[in-house]
Amino acid sequence: MFQAYYMPQTVQEAMDILSGHKGQAAIIAGGTDLVLDIHEGKKNFSAFVDISRIPNLRSIEEEDGFLRLGAAVTHAQANRSALVQAAAPILAEACGKVGSLQIRNVATLVGNVVNAQPAADAAVALAALSAKAVIDDGTTCREVLVEDLYAEVGMCKVNPTKEIVTSLLVPVQKKRQGSAFVRLDQRKALALPMLNVAAVVQLDESGERFEWARIIMAPVGPGPVRGFEGENLLAGAAASRETIVQAAKAAVKHANPRSSALRGSREYRLGVLPVLVKRALEAAVIHAQKD
Amino acid sequence: MDLMKLSFMLNGEATEIMVDPSDMLVDILRERLLLTGTKKGCGKGECGACTVIMDGAAVNSCMIPAMKAMGTTVQTIEGIGSPNQLHPLQESFMDEGAIQCGFCTPGMIMSAKALLDSTPHPDGAQIKEAIAGNICRCTGYVKIEKAILSASEKLKG
Repeated sequence: MFQAYYMPQTVQEAMDILSGHKGQAAIIAGGTDLVLDIHEGKKNFSAFVDISRIPNLRSIEEEDGFLRLGAAVTHAQANRSALVQAAAPILAEACGKVGSLQIRNVATLVGNVVNAQPAADAAVALAALSAKAVIDDGTTCREVLVEDLYAEVGMCKVNPTKEIVTSLLVPVQKKRQGSAFVRLDQRKALALPMLNVAAVVQLDESGERFEWARIIMAPVGPGPVRGFEGENLLAGAAASRETIVQAAKAAVKHANPRSSALRGSREYRLGVLPVLVKRALEAAVIHAQKD
Repeated sequence: MDLMKLSFMLNGEATEIMVDPSDMLVDILRERLLLTGTKKGCGKGECGACTVIMDGAAVNSCMIPAMKAMGTTVQTIEGIGSPNQLHPLQESFMDEGAIQCGFCTPGMIMSAKALLDSTPHPDGAQIKEAIAGNICRCTGYVKIEKAILSASEKLKG
């Protein structure tokens, strides 16, 4: 159990507290994963630095082609945000799938990423959208693609005792872009995903061919998994049912799910995954053609 | 370990209490402030029995470090009605038979109240979303949905 709980008002103040505790204090925001890990003895810190009250980390703003979501933005906030719904609709949708309303009211998007669970819905959407995390280590800020933050299952490359992810940068959806988020779950409320897939596509001027596509699948690897082979097949190809079916099959070559009592067997999930990828791509194309 | 002073508005009263930094809000409410209407079920955010309203939003008080309540406004089931003057939700839950064993009821009513405070006339889907994090093992939810709907009609006045 922890001995101190700090509520700084600025990022600088938070960094100072972290460095003063020399690795024994960690960042907390919503805490809905972290508190359970502490109670179950999976993690241990002597102090927490709660960044959820830092005023400029609580906003969602549009800046020059992208949305900036502060580290204290909650899933409920992103789910209801008109800005997110318009600029990154699959992110708003995915945020609405996480946990229950009580959890979404406090759990943050940045927490969904740094807790590094591969099937985290918001993180899957963020990876598909080429979102970046802005990481402050006290001296410099660096931007890293969300998909590159995963070291292993449950292990993020951000060190919570030394660094703070201050915001997420999400590109605003452009013309002739479309996206879709597909989730397989045992029931429609408070259920972990058995599989989730997010696809983002860019069509050319004719609206009949792909310029590029991004396919993210989870939980079928240590983090959200890119379906590179499927993406490569789609680049420049006709936006037809046949190419989409082939691309979905190719994308699934990158998936390596484990059998799980909670999420279904490896065989079952490998069987249905191409169908989910196909559905996501088809829906994304329809969405792009409407634009 | 040093105790920390927690100050917050609890059911309309300014409240100050010394807490262990690792205390959870539900334990302070139940064990220290003796507001045992809030129930502790699973202790991990899955059942919703511990739901309270913090700054207008329903939250699971079993996963909220008590210090997170600093400066906030917290409402528990004790703060929304009295035995002589029930809240319309409490009345409707009784009238519609939405209570059996009663263990989920305080959390269920707090989730419903957070919904009605922000959305006075919810539709069925909004009611389901609001109580999806509250598990009831007795009633099967239909009567609970009816009770919330009927309370929203009463509140229309």
